Amino acid sequence: MSEIISQYGSIFLILACVFGFFMAWGVGANDVANAMGTSVGAKAITIKQAILIAMVFEFAGAYFAGGEVTSTIRSGIIDIEKAGFADSPELLVYGMLSSLLAAGIWLLVASHNGWPVSTTHSIIGAIVGFAVVGISRDAVVWSKVWEIVASWVVSPMVSGILAFFIFRSVQKLILDTENPFANAKKYVPFYIFLVGFAIAMVTMVKGLRHVGLDFSFGESVVMALGCGVLAMLLGVFMMRSIKDVPGADKDFHFTNVERLFGVLMIFTACSMAFAHGSNDVANAIGPLAAIVGVVQSGGVFVEESALPFWILLLGGAGIVTGLAMWGYKVIATIGRNITELTPSRGFAAELAAATTVVVASGTGIPVSTTHTLVGAVLGVGIARGIGALNLGVVGRIFLSWVVTLPVGAGISIVFFFLFKGIFG
Amino acid sequence: MSNPLGALFAQSPIRPIQEHMAKAQSCVVLLREFLEASFVKDWEKAYSLQQEIRRIENEADDIKANVRISLPKNIFLPVPRTDLLGLLSTQDKLANGAKDVAGLMLGRKMEIPSPLTDNFRIYFEECLSASEQALKAINELDELLETGFRGREVELVEGLVIELDRLEHKTDLSQIKLRSELFKLEESLPAVNVIFLYKIIDKVGELADISQKIGGRLLLLMAR
Repeated sequence: MSEIISQYGSIFLILACVFGFFMAWGVGANDVANAMGTSVGAKAITIKQAILIAMVFEFAGAYFAGGEVTSTIRSGIIDIEKAGFADSPELLVYGMLSSLLAAGIWLLVASHNGWPVSTTHSIIGAIVGFAVVGISRDAVVWSKVWEIVASWVVSPMVSGILAFFIFRSVQKLILDTENPFANAKKYVPFYIFLVGFAIAMVTMVKGLRHVGLDFSFGESVVMALGCGVLAMLLGVFMMRSIKDVPGADKDFHFTNVERLFGVLMIFTACSMAFAHGSNDVANAIGPLAAIVGVVQSGGVFVEESALPFWILLLGGAGIVTGLAMWGYKVIATIGRNITELTPSRGFAAELAAATTVVVASGTGIPVSTTHTLVGAVLGVGIARGIGALNLGVVGRIFLSWVVTLPVGAGISIVFFFLFKGIFG
Repeated sequence: MSNPLGALFAQSPIRPIQEHMAKAQSCVVLLREFLEASFVKDWEKAYSLQQEIRRIENEADDIKANVRISLPKNIFLPVPRTDLLGLLSTQDKLANGAKDVAGLMLGRKMEIPSPLTDNFRIYFEECLSASEQALKAINELDELLETGFRGREVELVEGLVIELDRLEHKTDLSQIKLRSELFKLEESLPAVNVIFLYKIIDKVGELADISQKIGGRLLLLMAR
């Protein structure tokens, strides 16, 4: 039983909840907009619908599929034994508090100034930073860190390649045919099936263990197929009322076809919010879960403890608050910027990005949803699907990595020693 | 507020290029009214029409300048950037050509000799059909973008350009006919006027040539 923990336990808990909520608020205010902006920009959904979808599916994603990433951030990056947390568990508490605060503040400053930063990169930089400087180089599980860093390059590439092939299939099956409208009616339900199946499958296989459900692979396949079919039927029902209006095609011959893709994009918007929730909520609640684990056990670090439901709830509430207070403005801004994206392209990008992120979530790797989506959009662009893309963004993303990691680490180190000084 | 996703999307040049072509074609359509006014020596009306052509040509210039500014080298496009800019500058020549004809005729208060007016009308209408066909082809650019510059849509545009070539060839034949008729009248007209009449016939014919070149540029754009 650690003295410091028993003495200040409740203060640590309160601070952790406040900082965790603050971080989740930041995710809701900034990051969610990137996940939803494409759908709003393509005019498939309104901002109100986007917020509603985000609220439901971000939470669902965090709850059903967010467990693996949370446990990576909670206990995968730092080697608990080598860091000596068994003797002085308060160090872990200081570190995680500092990381939350550092990443939260850095995100606030950066988004205030319009710098493109990633929540994921901020929190990973902060955790690695306090561990290396505050404890020791050996405290970090470097193999895991390199795996995460590699995934930041691989995930946009994979989603780009996926998006390329999805969009090429759309061209082949629907757009470049004699009767695009009839073919869209025929094939769009299949894409909807794919959205439902892919998301459900990854979640069943990888995520549900954390909520106490454990299905065999066979059961998972059957249930995922069921989810896909259900989504497909819903989609067919929604598309039923869309008719091939001859007058609408006067200026642009694909107006009616794009309306069908608009239905598809409602589904991919949901999957995008789900994927984002499954990966990015962990950035806020991973450190929180670590602190709660240490404090509640009185200083003993329990490697594999179940995630208390209220922590997820806090994370979800933070995101929803951030979204309601600030996020809708960001969604509107992004939506205005993305005017050239039609639903047939937007869905390809979203389906590719959501699938990639959910697979990463299942494997417990924290990736950047925004970067993955950027990769997917570039993939559609390479398939000659988008009017004009600004490649300068790739350079800016690279720059933001170079800046975010050390800055996140630096702020976190400062707070770490501050907490150490205050609590002893 | 800026974020990578919002910044990723640059302004697409496709729609502005279509708008630019629509402006260029309006100049040619106005030139028809201008010619009719000049046939009946209504120079006041001709003047206001010439001003209108100038105004629209200026608007086209603004669009052109905007597209050029918004296409720096690091913008990723579905087709080569140089081809798009080349297409734009060819389109611009159409608006300029219409403006030149109106300006020259108004400045000299030029009259088309009455024995020539009927054939001149036919000749101009043929040139106008060529530029109209070019506009029709350019209007397929957004559909081309939708299909990723591939497949059926490319074939459709190729068909439009073949028709455009045929229309241009027709204007060549009419031009030869009109010139020979003018040649017969040469004796009865002041020499300077004759020189400028040849020039006007030439410049009107150029409108069809430019239209054909626009089609050629479009084919180049679609070629892989």
